[in-house]
Amino acid sequence: MARTLAELAAGLAARKYSAAELARDTLARVERMQPRLNALISVTGEAAMQAATVADRRLAAGEAGPLTGIPMIHKDIFCTEGVLTTCGSRMLSNFVSPYDATVVTKLKHAGMVMIGKANMDEFAMGSSNETSFYGPVKNPWDVTRVPGGSSGGSAAAVAARLAPLATATDTGGSIRQPAALCGVTGLKPTYGRVSRYGMIAFASSLDQAGVIAVSAEDAALALQAMAGFDPRDSTSVDVPVPDYRAALDAPLAGMKIGILKEFFGEGLSSAVEKLVREALAELTKLGAVVKEVSLPSLPLSVPTYYVVAPAECSSNLARFDGVRYGHRCENPKDLRDLYTRSRAEGFGAEVKRRIMTGTYVLSAGYYDAYYLQAQKVRALINEDFARAFSEVDLLLGPTTPTAAFGLGDKTSDPITMYLNDIYTIGANLAGLPALSIPCGFAGHLPVGVQLIGPHFGEAKLLGAAHRYQQATDWHLKTPAGFPEGFA
Amino acid sequence: MSLTNTQIETIAGLARLQLSPDEIPSYAESLSRILGMVSQLEQADTSKVEPMAHPLTGQVQRLREDSVTSGNAREAYQRNAPQVEAGLYLVPRVIE
Repeated sequence: MARTLAELAAGLAARKYSAAELARDTLARVERMQPRLNALISVTGEAAMQAATVADRRLAAGEAGPLTGIPMIHKDIFCTEGVLTTCGSRMLSNFVSPYDATVVTKLKHAGMVMIGKANMDEFAMGSSNETSFYGPVKNPWDVTRVPGGSSGGSAAAVAARLAPLATATDTGGSIRQPAALCGVTGLKPTYGRVSRYGMIAFASSLDQAGVIAVSAEDAALALQAMAGFDPRDSTSVDVPVPDYRAALDAPLAGMKIGILKEFFGEGLSSAVEKLVREALAELTKLGAVVKEVSLPSLPLSVPTYYVVAPAECSSNLARFDGVRYGHRCENPKDLRDLYTRSRAEGFGAEVKRRIMTGTYVLSAGYYDAYYLQAQKVRALINEDFARAFSEVDLLLGPTTPTAAFGLGDKTSDPITMYLNDIYTIGANLAGLPALSIPCGFAGHLPVGVQLIGPHFGEAKLLGAAHRYQQATDWHLKTPAGFPEGFA
Repeated sequence: MSLTNTQIETIAGLARLQLSPDEIPSYAESLSRILGMVSQLEQADTSKVEPMAHPLTGQVQRLREDSVTSGNAREAYQRNAPQVEAGLYLVPRVIE
C-alpha cells in the first residue's frame, strides 16, 4: 500500500492504478469518513473525475510530473473557479468564485486532482476549527478532541488518509498547530514565497499559503509546484525557486540547530517537552550540532500578534458589506442597516471580536499606543531572529504547548485559545519559514516538533525534516479505524 | 484596561456591526481582557526602534503600470451579487 504521495506517484507511473481509480477511491473514502470528521465543506466529485481523466491522458503520453493524478484537497480559503468558496463563514456561504487562486491554478497545471474543499475556522480565525459556520472538525486520533486550526479540515483529512495532500494557510500557526495536533507534516513557507492571489485575506502582512502532507518529501514536491513569483500578488517575492526534492538528501552532519530557550518555560506540558527533546537527540545522532539560543523579545509575540492581526483583519473584512457579493440581510431599511445587519448576520462571534479589537487599536487616539508600538516590538522580534540565524542554521522547539484538547474546552475563553499559538506566532511576525513534523505520542495523541528556518530556507528545513523522517516512522502512524495508506 | 458598554457600542458602530443588547457586555469583557494581555507591549523599550513596515526587511511593495490587464468580466462577477439591475448593484435608496 502506498503510504505517501511519493509512493502513490510511483504507483501511478508503474500503472498499478489509474488517476481515475485513485479519484474514485478517494471520493469513496470521503463519503465514508465525512460523517465522522466533518473535514470537508464541499466535495467536487464530477470535476475530480474529469481532472483524473486528463491526468490519465498525460500519464499515458509520458507528460506527467510527480503530482499528476494525485488527489488533493484545497482549504476553503482558496478561490476555486465555479466552486463554492466559503472561508468557513456564513458571509460567503453563497459565494461561487469567478476565478482561481494562483495556488489552485499552479496545482491544476501540475495535474493534481481536487476532490473537495476543506473545513476551517471562519476566515482562518481560530485554533480549534470550532469557529467554522459549518461546524467543528473532529480529530481522527480522538473524535472528542479538536484537530487544531485554522487549517483543521486540511490536517484531519491528511491524518485520516482521505488524500495525501491538502493546501493550508498560516497567519499565526494555522498550518503547523493543526499538523502537530493531527500527527501530520505541515509547512509554512517564507512570507512572499507562495502567491496570496485568490487566497481570502485575513492579515495581509502575516498570511502565507503552504501545505499539509504525510512527509517532508511530499511537502517538498508540492512546494515545488506552488512556489514562485506572481505579478498578481504585490508582496510576492522574485527569488528563484530551488530544487526542493534534490535538497532533501543533503547530510545533516555539522548542521547547527538552535534550541529556543524561551520555548521551554512555563506552560509547556512535560509530555510534549520530553518528545521534543527526544527529537532533538535524534537529530544530534544524525550529525546536527545543538546550541541554546535566547530570543528575549519572543515572549511578546502573542500580544504583538493580537494587535497586528486584528488590525489588518478589521481592514480586510471591511469589504464584506452585502453589496457586491456575500450575505445580505432581509429588507434593509437604509444603507447603514444593510451594512450593519448583513455583517452581524454574516460573521460569527470570534470574527466580530477580532474586527472590533482591530477597529479599536486603529482608532484615533489609540493608534500609537497599540498599532505603532506593536509594529516596533515586531521589529525587535525580527532582529532577535536575525541574530539567532547568524549563529545557527535552524531553530527548534515545540509546535504547541499540549497535545489536542477536547472539543468545547477552550471556547469560552478567547485568551486561553490564543495561547495555543504561543510557539508558532513568532515565525509569522518575522516572515520566516517553519514546519511541524510528528515526533511521538502523548498517550494516544500525536505531538509535533517545530523547526524554524531563515528567510527562503525551506530547502534546509525540509532536508532536516526528511532526514529525521528517514530515521523515524512517527509520520507514518495512522489513527485506529482509518486507512494506513492510500491505494 | 476596561472597556465600557458604551465604548463597545461605539467600536461596533465604527466596524458597521449591529450587536444585540445581550452581546455587548460579553464583548466588553473579552475585549477588555484582550487589551489587558496586549498591554504587556508597554514593557518593551522601543524608543530607538523603527516600526516594521514589511515582514521581509528591505522589501517594499511593488507598484505596477496603471493599465488595463484583464477584460471586462462584469457579468461573471455580478453572478454573486445579492441584487443587480441593468449591470448595476442595487442598494436601498440613499438620495431622496
